[in-house]
Amino acid sequence: MTEQKTHAIDMGSIAKAVENNNENPDTCIQVKDLNLFYGEKQALFNVNMEMARKKVTAYIGPSGCGKSTLLRSINRMNDLVDSARIDGKILLDGEDIYDKAVNVADLRRRVGMVFQKPNPFPKSIYENVAYGLRIQGINDRRTLDETVEKSLRGAALWDEVKDRLQDNALGLSGGQQQRLVIARAIAIEPEVMLLDEPASALDPISTLKIEELIHELKEKYTIVIVTHNMQQAARVSDYTAFMYMGELIEFGPTNNLFTNPTKKQTEDYITGRYG
Amino acid sequence: MMIKDWFKSGSPWVWLNAAAVSTCMILVMGLLILIAVRGLGHFWPSDIVEYSYIENDKKTLVVGELVDTSVMSVKMAKESGYKLKNNTDTLIQHLIKTGNRDISGMDFRWIQQQNIQSERHPNEMIAIERREWGNFYGRLVSVKENGKVIATGEKAWPIAQERIEQALELFDEIEHLQKKEIGSINYQFERLRLKQKSLELKGEWTAEAIKSQDREKAALDKEYKGYQEQLAVLYKQIRRDSLVASESTGTELEIPLESIVHMTRPNSMNVFTKLGQYILKFGDFVSEDPREANTEGGIFPAIFGTVMMVMLMAVIVTPLGVIAAVYLREYAKQGFTTRIIRIAVNNLAGVPSIVYGIFGLGFFVYILGGNIDALFFPEAAPAPVFGTPGLLWASLTLALLTLPVVIVSTEEGLSRVPKSIREGSLALGATKVETLWRTVLPMASPAMMTGLILAVARAAGEVAPLMLVGVVKLAPTLPLDGNFPFLHLDRKFMHLGFHIYDVGFQSPNVEAARPLVYATSLLLVMVIIGLNMFAISIRNNLREKFRALEGM
Repeated sequence: MTEQKTHAIDMGSIAKAVENNNENPDTCIQVKDLNLFYGEKQALFNVNMEMARKKVTAYIGPSGCGKSTLLRSINRMNDLVDSARIDGKILLDGEDIYDKAVNVADLRRRVGMVFQKPNPFPKSIYENVAYGLRIQGINDRRTLDETVEKSLRGAALWDEVKDRLQDNALGLSGGQQQRLVIARAIAIEPEVMLLDEPASALDPISTLKIEELIHELKEKYTIVIVTHNMQQAARVSDYTAFMYMGELIEFGPTNNLFTNPTKKQTEDYITGRYG
Repeated sequence: MMIKDWFKSGSPWVWLNAAAVSTCMILVMGLLILIAVRGLGHFWPSDIVEYSYIENDKKTLVVGELVDTSVMSVKMAKESGYKLKNNTDTLIQHLIKTGNRDISGMDFRWIQQQNIQSERHPNEMIAIERREWGNFYGRLVSVKENGKVIATGEKAWPIAQERIEQALELFDEIEHLQKKEIGSINYQFERLRLKQKSLELKGEWTAEAIKSQDREKAALDKEYKGYQEQLAVLYKQIRRDSLVASESTGTELEIPLESIVHMTRPNSMNVFTKLGQYILKFGDFVSEDPREANTEGGIFPAIFGTVMMVMLMAVIVTPLGVIAAVYLREYAKQGFTTRIIRIAVNNLAGVPSIVYGIFGLGFFVYILGGNIDALFFPEAAPAPVFGTPGLLWASLTLALLTLPVVIVSTEEGLSRVPKSIREGSLALGATKVETLWRTVLPMASPAMMTGLILAVARAAGEVAPLMLVGVVKLAPTLPLDGNFPFLHLDRKFMHLGFHIYDVGFQSPNVEAARPLVYATSLLLVMVIIGLNMFAISIRNNLREKFRALEGM
């Protein structure tokens, strides 16, 4: 799938990418010595981690620990904050996404994102899913129809909305809206999906559906999920990172981290002594 | 204790609120009802009353429509020098519209109730609305064809009606010929003249050019002569008939049918025929040109000019304001400068409108228009084309005047588009511009429409600046007609607001003008409401479409 992607990055950086990627071909995203500042305030301190391809990586930690900030720096959403400044590297398939030559729009096409609160556009269900394609200039009816159906099926929403594709997306329930947003994201076939507390605004049944969906999406996409719900992290993720006060405290396979944490802070957090 | 509890319960507060709302409602309704009643009543064909009246101990007849009644206390009346009969405690006076200005020199007169001996409503009384000299009240005597009497007495009435109908049709035909066809030929002559002058200026006024010019002129001349002949025939026909009517004093007057707009017998009409006449007259008012220094006839050019100018203004101000707001809100770095700009924009909204008028005259008309004339219309000199007040400059001035409103409400709308929606679009690989065009601007469009609604409301009601930049008392031609380039931005135009001022303050005939002031005001309010309703319906559609804002 990645072979078909068009990269708006020059050949030099691709060559570098191959070189960098030699270490571990299963690494999709690599964070190297990442420091992030909001003005004078430092939000991330020296974060280093590698996220595996087609696995689910979860970030957990108390509120304000920088997990969302880290997630949003993977598709450069922090660029929208005027005062944000970044130091260090994030490599996607070995290419530094903060390189000057990178086209941010292209990057975001490769790294999709789903937000905490469902944010469908005030358009029809169909147009919501087709949005990313239309942005790319694809207006062919047949292609759009196929992609919309495929994406809605992929987000386990097709059966619920197939008869009212032209209805306003805002008429859907919260859980449906969130799945619609996921469908919208997978319609442009990204490599990576960033989920920022995707179920925190949903009821338990919708949450369950989203979690099941994450299991299915793992087959195709590298997923990074931020959650403050430790059970959820344990249920859906392969790897878990625990962050505290802008630092990555511990990172490892989910089983190990939850059953046998090496750091005391991690243990305190997952046993509920704070946070 | 009870009182204290009552205050605590909040009821006084609720009452106060309700009272404030009712006061507003009463004021608004009162305004509308007043101008509606005063304005619309004017078109109702009221009865013609024949009073036998004693004036200076002599018995006379006063014929006319009762317009107004005033009651004066005895004391005041005596101090004003009125002679009162002993047993009355008030002086009642009636204002009678007597018409027949060509005979008596005045249309209206006050008569005193105490001197009225009797009043009658004779069925045969006729009211004639004339194109000149105002109304005529009296009795129909005979109908004449080519100066020969063809019908008298009761038989004259149906024949007169029939012939007036014919004359009206002829009149419409003449009007059409004069305005449309001959107007167009005059326009083409003027263009030829300008062409000649421009060629002369360029030094290309060669023999060949002269020849072709002469050919065109000859063709136009021929066409013109043809129309002239048609006109002559029509004039002959329309001038064939006339009618003779007698006034209350018995003076007989011959009225040519070409000068008659309506002839009615209001005293013998029932409510339904009166209603028909009413609708007819109101229709005339809305669709006809004004007559007699704007005190009679219709106000169509003013309605047309108002709507035209407001629409042009909307077309100018919307893109300008929206683009400015987008830059201010979306692209400019928020800080000291943007704050200063916002303050400036807000203050601009508070500048008195006449100041905008002065600016429009000084900058748009003289500087901009003067330079346009010098550059593009040298052949028209010394007559100005754009270097004189006109529709374009009026619209531009009002666009400037309403710009702050559009900017402020668009900015408001942009700031209300949730961040999450923008992020959602950006996360799908849209650039900022794409996000703006595909998501943010559509979602902010109801707010833009709100701005436009406020702008329209303000612009349509504005009079003061317009007097400086393009509105006139009487415009001979509409800014939109069948002559290329169809929309004449350089023409002066009429405006309802200014029309009210003109009729109300500059009119030679105050009593006749008064009801028209109300009627024109009503029309102005209706035009503004109409324009607003149009904009509001668009906005509501947009709101329905982008309801997201409410939900988030």
